[in-house]
Amino acid sequence: MAWNLNSDRPIYAQILEIIQMRIVSGIYRPGERIPSVRELAAEAGVNPNTMQKALSELERSGLVMAVRTSGRVVTEDMEMIRQTKTALAREQVREFIDRMKRLGFNKEEVVELLEQEGEHE
Amino acid sequence: MSELVEIRGLTKVYEKKKTALDNLNLTIGRGRIIGLLGPNGSGKTTLIKLISGLLVPTQGEILINGNHPGAMTKAQVSYLPERTYLQAGMKVKNLVDFFADFYEDFNPERARGLLANLRIDEGARLKTLSKGTKEKVQLIMVMSRQAQLYLLDEPIAGVDPAARDYILKTIITNYNPEATVIVSTHLISDIENILDEVIFIRDGRIMLQDTVESIRERKGKSVDAYFREVFVC
Repeated sequence: MAWNLNSDRPIYAQILEIIQMRIVSGIYRPGERIPSVRELAAEAGVNPNTMQKALSELERSGLVMAVRTSGRVVTEDMEMIRQTKTALAREQVREFIDRMKRLGFNKEEVVELLEQEGEHE
Repeated sequence: MSELVEIRGLTKVYEKKKTALDNLNLTIGRGRIIGLLGPNGSGKTTLIKLISGLLVPTQGEILINGNHPGAMTKAQVSYLPERTYLQAGMKVKNLVDFFADFYEDFNPERARGLLANLRIDEGARLKTLSKGTKEKVQLIMVMSRQAQLYLLDEPIAGVDPAARDYILKTIITNYNPEATVIVSTHLISDIENILDEVIFIRDGRIMLQDTVESIRERKGKSVDAYFREVFVC
């Protein structure tokens, strides 16, 4: 999952989503240490203070935890990871429905399209 | 401790009455990466040269750690000029020695490491290097000092995008968290992700000083897009 920080939204919000994605998709596994602020900032090409802000936010939410020997680990609370996954999915669905509305589709038509697409898979 | 840089009522008038800076006030904090952005001729280079002590104000004052620009501040400020000032006949390795002699805070190991990462031959003479490579060498020298303030005037203009990424990473990973980096550039979109704050300058005055995130939040657009709107021609 690359750092595509192309949107006009605040950078920290975009970073936050990418790290959440990495956690729910298992790139960073439960209980595993994640790279340091500096490492992540260099990898993403962002300001270290911005990366720090995103990681602090993740800590507040409980998805990662600071450990005494410096650094942060991913939570082992599987329920919390599942909830984050669902929240991210909901967001994607909302954006999708928004775009469909702009294209002129109503809810029934969208559901129909989804079912048709599902048959092809 | 006081702010890193305090500028009050700074005015610079060149010969023929051209006013480059007009009663400018500015405070610059520690531990920040700051973009100095403005159209051509807005006063960016003049401001940087005044802070570095190469020019003398017509009016007003500049304080760096409480001192006026001079011998004391030059030991704390690492300046990358827009144009090269290095002797063309010099070899890269002689340049490393030269900087080590000249600046107490210069770290030759770091410089050699960065040169090796960019595969720059230390035995090559500066005049045999391409324009972009020369720029990389100069930037490496400047970033290999343990300064409190780095003034980088158009550091990435002449280098290819891959080297640009490497240079930006070098700035992120090498600067000391207490130090401040001021970067003047036109290439805003390349650099805005690494900036804490930006200063917009126009006609020798500060138009705006704000954080990148605050601009994105308030305006719903990137600094690059906002700049294009503010300075529309």
